[in-house]
Amino acid sequence: MDSVFSNVDRAPEDPILGVTVAYNNDPSPAKLNLGVGAYRTEEGKPLVLDVVRRAEQQLVNDPSRVKEYIPIAGLADFNKLSAKLILGADSPAIQESRVATIQCLSGTGSLRVGAEFLKKHYHQCVIFIPKPTWGNHPKVFNLAGLSVEYYRYYDPATRGLDFQGLLEDLGAAPSGAIVLLHACAHNPTGVDPTSEQWAKIRQLIRSKSLLPFFDSAYQGFASGSLDTDAHSVRTFVADGGECLIAQSYAKNMGLYGERVGALSIVCKSADVASKVESQVKLVVRPMYSSPPIHGASIVATILKSSDMYNDWTIELKGMADRIISMRQQLFEALQAKGTPGDWSHIIKQIGMFTFTGLNKEQVAFMTKEYHIYMTSDGRISMAGLSTKTVPHLVDAIHAAVTRVV
Amino acid sequence: MKTNDFSSSSSPSDRRIGALLRHLTAGTDADRVSSVFASPTSGGAGGSVFAHLVQAPEDAILGVTIAYNKDPSPIKLNLGVGAYRTEEGKPLVLNVVRKAEQQLINDRSRIKEYLPIVGLVEFNKLSAKLILGADSPAIRENRVTTVECLSGTGSLRVGGEFLARHYHQKTIYIPQPTWGNHPKIFTLAGLSVKTYRYYDPSTRGLNFQGLLEDLGAAPQGSIVLLHACAHNPTGVDPTLEQWEQIRKLMRSKGLMPFFDSAYQGFASGSLDTDAKPIRMFVADGGELLVAQSYAKNMGLYGERVGALSIVCKAADVAGRVESQLKLVIRPMYSNPPIHGASIVAVILRDRNLFNEWTLELKAMADRIISMRKQLFEALRARGTPGDWTHIIKQIGMFTFTGLNPAQVSYMTKEYHIYMTSDGRISMAGLSSKTVPHLADAIHAVVTKAL
Repeated sequence: MDSVFSNVDRAPEDPILGVTVAYNNDPSPAKLNLGVGAYRTEEGKPLVLDVVRRAEQQLVNDPSRVKEYIPIAGLADFNKLSAKLILGADSPAIQESRVATIQCLSGTGSLRVGAEFLKKHYHQCVIFIPKPTWGNHPKVFNLAGLSVEYYRYYDPATRGLDFQGLLEDLGAAPSGAIVLLHACAHNPTGVDPTSEQWAKIRQLIRSKSLLPFFDSAYQGFASGSLDTDAHSVRTFVADGGECLIAQSYAKNMGLYGERVGALSIVCKSADVASKVESQVKLVVRPMYSSPPIHGASIVATILKSSDMYNDWTIELKGMADRIISMRQQLFEALQAKGTPGDWSHIIKQIGMFTFTGLNKEQVAFMTKEYHIYMTSDGRISMAGLSTKTVPHLVDAIHAAVTRVV
Repeated sequence: MKTNDFSSSSSPSDRRIGALLRHLTAGTDADRVSSVFASPTSGGAGGSVFAHLVQAPEDAILGVTIAYNKDPSPIKLNLGVGAYRTEEGKPLVLNVVRKAEQQLINDRSRIKEYLPIVGLVEFNKLSAKLILGADSPAIRENRVTTVECLSGTGSLRVGGEFLARHYHQKTIYIPQPTWGNHPKIFTLAGLSVKTYRYYDPSTRGLNFQGLLEDLGAAPQGSIVLLHACAHNPTGVDPTLEQWEQIRKLMRSKGLMPFFDSAYQGFASGSLDTDAKPIRMFVADGGELLVAQSYAKNMGLYGERVGALSIVCKAADVAGRVESQLKLVIRPMYSNPPIHGASIVAVILRDRNLFNEWTLELKAMADRIISMRKQLFEALRARGTPGDWTHIIKQIGMFTFTGLNPAQVSYMTKEYHIYMTSDGRISMAGLSSKTVPHLADAIHAVVTKAL
């Protein structure tokens, strides 16, 4: 008898993760992986932060530690510390107990749990996401049951923000619609609004009662400053309004595979926050019962020790600075080579990624001829570059731009 | 400031503000209206967009521990949540787990990069071998796809979502009773949930006739949830002969088995014995799903380690199924956590660690079996009315005492004994020292007219 799954189609490889799969299959010694957004050192190696190793040693060497189920909402002190980290220790929302924070599986898990909660309890089922955005965003929201619309964001002509288009599209959104905002270091473009632009965005969102849902995956990693990178989120909280925040520790603590994150929901009152938390638990319990203990324990250990916290901020700034330096080097190398075009966006954009502006054909050319791997939208991970490999990338870009239209 | 009477707003709280405003400002001039508005910088006039939410009740099972923790009595006993406790009433981290963890942490070459969407590949292979047997033809023929998931719950949810999307039948039959979270998982996965008769309160055993009738009446192709061993909450398992009949019936109706295996090795003390029902189904060449948990048998509860295996008719099908499982996982949490699965892989791949694990596992199972005997004998010694043999006939962490909610309440109030209201007690929460207290409580409540 035939399989009951015979009709199941082979799904295509995830486009972002598929880049690394292709890279791994390439035997060329000159190959360069500028695909997935994970930090690499100057030597091209993954990095486990020193402070993370210390925290982990402390935990594992403590014989009194157990592996019992943690609460459905996760580790309580991790949650409190995470809220303080993103909102600021002096945040009135925290002082007034108006924030419900639930440990989730990194950014993706926080987005999915938040979206399922909104689908169940919020009066509007549409979320507006920027064009372009991280490839997984629409899938997360669709599977949560929300419908997805786009607002204009990236302007290919300037390789910057299409601010007018953004205001028009959010202005035309139905009252109460949910709006996904990248807190900083927009993925994939690296293009962020200025503070003034953020203020206008906030006023528009509040005037139309749109519900902000922040994706904060790069706090501290973009500018090197935790407070600077949280600024956009904090201005929204400061106006007294409500919002959701998905927080990830994948990049800024290098905890990628441990899946550590938090969903915070800032509410108008403590009473509402408490009810919200109880309802979010009903989303979590039938999904995976309770979140994993290890990564959140590492984060809590670091955030609650002022020494470790300080050490962390230094290592974090080290990573951010190296990326900024790669931007500088790449830009200067392209200028030195006389590569046609305006490449200033490389140093204007912020965060792990640069939206090069290269088209699909140019990208394919660079992969085939120069063994350089990136996503087909022309996004490169600056974290994957080093002083040694910048020249190779520059040669490839130069060739692509002059030979492939 | 703009004037706006909110009446066309889609937000209910805005419309209420609007109605209030109109009422307050009726007959006044427009200038006065603007002063009633909240500051334009505050997040919208009106209350919270979540103001209508109700406080959700505490999870029934986990709520028991919360109540227990609040109780100041020194004689309190927590027989609620199913986590193993030692004779001293303490949680247990297995020696072999501590060893594995030390090994991992002290390896400076280890990194924390994202795992593949399907999880740690070595963990997946070892997990399939563990549940299906190292010599399983399904494994040899590459007909099994295994993906690392978040313990049993995560494996059930991912499997359920996959079936809701790709399987032709969207109904799952679950036993009556079953773990409280089962119906919620499958409903949120997009399946509709029906039940089949399972527990017989009059015998405190299996209602086999009812089970066969209900599965016999299920539509062709329906999904059927089966507890692989140590049924939760009743502790009542089919015999091997009964399993064989269940298998034949299910295969004849093309019913899709979805096994929940949360207690392999923990129930009888033997990994192979506890996997037998699953292996019988695989041996007939048919297809099935298995949700595997390492929470209890490796004591890895909070690390959330588990695996979903789908046994298919052909390797090509298994490959396509795996690719589709990734489309379920990626928008849920992208990829699974690395730590717990790494511990499991270290233990399963090393012959010495594996053997040590089987010894620690058997010790846990033996202690629970010993608690069953002690409780049974204590009740017999007290002459407690009723037939209590089910305590030693049932298997696994839980005993379905047969006590009703009123009796359970009484035991909590008067004896500070905490259990779920369905009369389920966790044998793992008992010790030689606390058995007498429990036996006294049961005796009291059974002899009282409640």
